[in-house]
Amino acid sequence: MISISSLTVRFGGVVPIDDLNLTLDVGVNGLIGPNGAGKTTFFNVLTGFVKPVQGTVTAFGDDLLAMPHFRRIRWGLRRTFQTEQAVAELTVLENVLTVLEHSGGAKSSRRRDVVDAVEFVGLGDSLQRPVGALGAAERRLVEVARAVVGSPRLVLLDEPAAGLPDEETAALAQVIKEIPARTGALTILVDHDMALVNETCAHVAVLDFGHIIASGPTADVLNDARVMAAYLGEDIDV
Amino acid sequence: MSQTADVRLPSLLTAATPQRMIALVVVLAIALFGIPAILSTFWMKIMFEMAAYSLVTLGLGLLVGRVGIYSLCQIPLVAAGAWFSLRVHFLFDESVPFPILLLITGVLTGVLGIIIGLPALRLSGLYLALVTLMAAGAITLLLVSVKFPNGGGGFWGFDTRSASGFNSVPRPGIATGDIAFYRYTVVVVALMFLLAAWHIAGKPGRAWASLRQAEVTAISAGVNTTLYKLWAFALSAAIAGVAGGIIAAGNGVTTNQFPVEQSILLLAVVLLGGAYSLWGAIVAAFFLRVFPQLLDKQLGLPVELLTVLFGVGVLFTLMLQPKGVVQDLTNLGRLIGVKTGMIKPPVAPVVASAAVETAPVAEQVPS
Repeated sequence: MISISSLTVRFGGVVPIDDLNLTLDVGVNGLIGPNGAGKTTFFNVLTGFVKPVQGTVTAFGDDLLAMPHFRRIRWGLRRTFQTEQAVAELTVLENVLTVLEHSGGAKSSRRRDVVDAVEFVGLGDSLQRPVGALGAAERRLVEVARAVVGSPRLVLLDEPAAGLPDEETAALAQVIKEIPARTGALTILVDHDMALVNETCAHVAVLDFGHIIASGPTADVLNDARVMAAYLGEDIDV
Repeated sequence: MSQTADVRLPSLLTAATPQRMIALVVVLAIALFGIPAILSTFWMKIMFEMAAYSLVTLGLGLLVGRVGIYSLCQIPLVAAGAWFSLRVHFLFDESVPFPILLLITGVLTGVLGIIIGLPALRLSGLYLALVTLMAAGAITLLLVSVKFPNGGGGFWGFDTRSASGFNSVPRPGIATGDIAFYRYTVVVVALMFLLAAWHIAGKPGRAWASLRQAEVTAISAGVNTTLYKLWAFALSAAIAGVAGGIIAAGNGVTTNQFPVEQSILLLAVVLLGGAYSLWGAIVAAFFLRVFPQLLDKQLGLPVELLTVLFGVGVLFTLMLQPKGVVQDLTNLGRLIGVKTGMIKPPVAPVVASAAVETAPVAEQVPS
């Protein structure tokens, strides 16, 4: 379980996350909201790229914010990015191995762990291919393989389906759904594709202007009037 | 997964393909036996310089090509290496065996490299290059002031009474002659290249590749960015320091031998030769030490023309062949190999579907 309490981030006069309180359980959790709602900033806080001015993040009993960023990866934090960041000049195998060897995975089982992660995302035949030679969907899957290798405890997926066609997104959804069962990790999915969120997430939280405006079972949240208003805007009398 | 998939974890052993091993053996054979057999004394001196400076270009190539860090302090680090080797030599009453002396020199210069690399933790790009240039100026000024050790006392080890403006470390007993010491240098250079290759093929190389793509990429992989940036600076400086020690034993050193501006020329030739390949370091060293002599002695052209030629070369490299001249040479070699039947024609790569990359964002909620 991850528990976020009174989390606040300020960039000068801008407050992208304002006194955020949220508790999430193991499984795939959706975090949705309009652009600028603070979703990626929230991920950046968890990853260690952004330091909050106040608040705590307790994940599986550990104070996440007290760890330097590289220690968070060893602890079990994994992250993908809106603009995918798999290393183009390295092979698929090397990309996944890099995460494993820097996250403290056991040396004796490294090869098996890397191959398992790559096969899990369906890229077993591309182990030795440079990531720069792969298509966009495959590069996204490499990022997911990097996220699930070893012993992840908290997996953050930042718009993994951005730019993918429907059939690729459907395949990605199957992989994302299986992450908790395979790894036992608490997974947080940020995406604007509501079909993907609906397909993969049991629970959803909605962020708007740095506040959680709704949280709960996916179907309930997606039909919440406040959520629809945040996404689609409210009718106003002119 | 296909049954034939190679699932070996990458290492120096997996990187040692038969083609690479053959190329290594051929180059070493030419360097050790072919070149001394055909070149005059003058050109052997130039080849020794090329061998020694291939370490300098290797060190900078590691920083630029592998980590994406631009440093303009490499030449003063060579001078620092020469200074350390002389200081340690005189400190222990001229009793330290040459290999140990080189090892100590490498470690000490590596520590100096870490100090110079500290700003890299906060700066990057042009700003970092400027800071390293300032550090280069500081080292050069210090060297002009304290001079190379000549057996004097105190920390600096310089005695004005016996100042000659020229200092050298004795060559090892097994390589006192010019050709023997050239061969000794080639072996040291080969070992240093192996050290670099071992790093590149291993955990540090993957961490550096992540850093070069983007710092967030490295951080999200769990890479300790501070450690690996400083590690790169240390390794690069250590290799330059070893070059300094070799030059101190090979030709001797004087205080005005390592001007700061040569660091800029060095960066140009590293880019020109090919910063992304170990072989590129050798091509760069050729441009740095042999090409000027060819220009002067064979063509009778002024050496000053080099700056213009290198400038044009770097421009064309950046525009047409970012991987440098070494890639052109590799392509030429492959072409000759295919034409002569020694190499199988390459199989056309599977092109990733353009439709995937340019697909419309379907059913996405607009901002």
